[in-house]
Amino acid sequence: MTDDNALISVQDLKVYFRTSHECARAVDGISFDVREKETVCLVGESGCGKTVSALSILGLIPIPPGEIAGGRILFQGKNLLELDEKHMQKIRGNHIAMVFQEPLTSLNPVFTIEDQIGEAIRIHKHIGAGELQDRCIQLLKDVGIPSPVQRLKDYPHQLSGGQRQRVMIAMALACDPDLIIADEPTTALDVTVQAQILQLLESIQKTRSMSILYITHDLGVVANIADRVYVMYSGIVTEQGNTAQIFHDSRHPYTQGLLASLPSRSKRGKRLFSIPGTVPNPAYKPEGCPFHPRCPHAIPTCSREHPEMCNYSHAHLARCPVLFKPANGYN
Amino acid sequence: MESKSKNKQIILCVQNLKKYFPIRRGFFHKIAGWVKAVDDVSFEIEQGKTLGLVGESGCGKTTVARLILKLLDPDHGKIIFRGIDIGEFTEKEMKPIRKGIQIVFQDPFGSLNPRMTAGLSIEEGLRILGVKKGNMRKQRLEQLLKMVGMSPDSANRYPHEFSGGQRQRICIARALSVDPSLVVCDEPISALDVSIQAQIINLLKDLQDRLGLSYLFISHDLNVVSYLCNTISVMYKGRIMESAPAEELFENPCHPYTLSLLSAIPDPVPGRKRKIELVEPDLSDSLMTSKGCRFQGSCPMEEPRCLEENIDFEKVGEKHFVRCWKAAKK
Repeated sequence: MTDDNALISVQDLKVYFRTSHECARAVDGISFDVREKETVCLVGESGCGKTVSALSILGLIPIPPGEIAGGRILFQGKNLLELDEKHMQKIRGNHIAMVFQEPLTSLNPVFTIEDQIGEAIRIHKHIGAGELQDRCIQLLKDVGIPSPVQRLKDYPHQLSGGQRQRVMIAMALACDPDLIIADEPTTALDVTVQAQILQLLESIQKTRSMSILYITHDLGVVANIADRVYVMYSGIVTEQGNTAQIFHDSRHPYTQGLLASLPSRSKRGKRLFSIPGTVPNPAYKPEGCPFHPRCPHAIPTCSREHPEMCNYSHAHLARCPVLFKPANGYN
Repeated sequence: MESKSKNKQIILCVQNLKKYFPIRRGFFHKIAGWVKAVDDVSFEIEQGKTLGLVGESGCGKTTVARLILKLLDPDHGKIIFRGIDIGEFTEKEMKPIRKGIQIVFQDPFGSLNPRMTAGLSIEEGLRILGVKKGNMRKQRLEQLLKMVGMSPDSANRYPHEFSGGQRQRICIARALSVDPSLVVCDEPISALDVSIQAQIINLLKDLQDRLGLSYLFISHDLNVVSYLCNTISVMYKGRIMESAPAEELFENPCHPYTLSLLSAIPDPVPGRKRKIELVEPDLSDSLMTSKGCRFQGSCPMEEPRCLEENIDFEKVGEKHFVRCWKAAKK
């Protein structure tokens, strides 16, 4: 499934967390690619392994209790999982940068904005103090913060939520990375601010021609920004395809169920479809397909065999051998 | 869609509700200003209907909820619940009323006591509000658990043994235990997973149909509100900016703030690029401003008059009110 144009290619990654008496298989063999200048979304509910996949790209999984149980992460031809900490440092923040969910907790309250944006530049590029400050001002301008010169000496608590997230994005952009991993960057924000941040990410991507790996649970956001989508469930990718394929022609019962369960004005008065049951505990996953206890199409084989990825059309794959017809069962 | 007869029973009517919080500064804690968290808020909820209160974080939605439950005392205004003004009721006078108004909180992880079993939590209200007989309470408990779709044996389990969706079901059962007629739902689904949200929305809807409940549904998720609510009030910085039946609000939004809010909803249909009419967020301490429209500084159609005059509600259609003189003129 390797793609020659892929900037980063995660192949059959497995990340387990062991405790004395159980083993949580948080990521259980996922593969995905991000090509150049592309926005790829990982969608899924909490506990499906989205964040763990992102953290393992940057080598931020605490080991122990974490354990990389298998797979490869190829970035520019190198397997990131085999690099030592010193080489990983050179990539982190420099070639791959991350924007976290909660800007208030991921910014350090005792350092100024300038210190925090400049940190990555100081570490990776050797430039003088004056030039460093100019870079910081330019970055703040790029992310749309008004009067950047005055803001430099501000502390995080002096900014609003949206501005903090803009500062986080400026920090991620500091060294002109090839890939930005954005882990639910707008979940803690209001809808109007969210729309602004999404617009900002889109325009930055165009001007700097970067790739974005966007992690979210919000299908509305996905429809707006993604080129390609990977839907995750319980540590595996259940469906992948371009945005139109996923939203208009989904082939996995989980994706179909999620889309059908979104409330909207057009569904007023009708009963919402809801997926019964809950997400399985990663330490006690059901045998076979992890979705089968909640699946309306499940057949006896589903509880025994782990489903294979089925190729439906060009680059549209779903891990469900039962469903071959297009979705129109719901709604 | 909604029937528009005036004889509908109004369960809750809020009139000119105000709550200001003092800002104290200096050694003697002198009052330096007021945060007008809720400023002149009025609305009505009919029996069996749902009112959606939407707005960004910090706009005063939750303060309104707390005022209605009398967890806070209003500074001004009337809260008329079933024909009785409870605005100035004391704690003692409130006790018989509390059965009628219950709340479901946002965070099901924080709103259940971790040291009480689900059964004890649900029963607590019954115990306090007068059902003394143990076996009657037990019967009611089983009935409540069944009503929210949980098995009777979950009564003996502790909150940490449940998932988020199940906990929210317990919170709903707890709210319903004393047979309320109005349930305030303060962002009841925003802490839940996508696939669980639909389950809870359906549950709330079923319970409304079966028990004739009225809801005050507080949310920032406009997709949910548009699905669930009969009437929607849009709040901004302590004031209601626009209020209309749900269909009308989405078809014909008038206030510039409503427009910007609606344009920001992420639409789960790819390729449908909307024109986003975004406004620059106003970062001043404008909850303290006294003069003029609350949306000043962010409004694309601002005029000098907006900064000077107090803008009142104007009627633009059947049950459709807007607090913007320019929008009302059009």
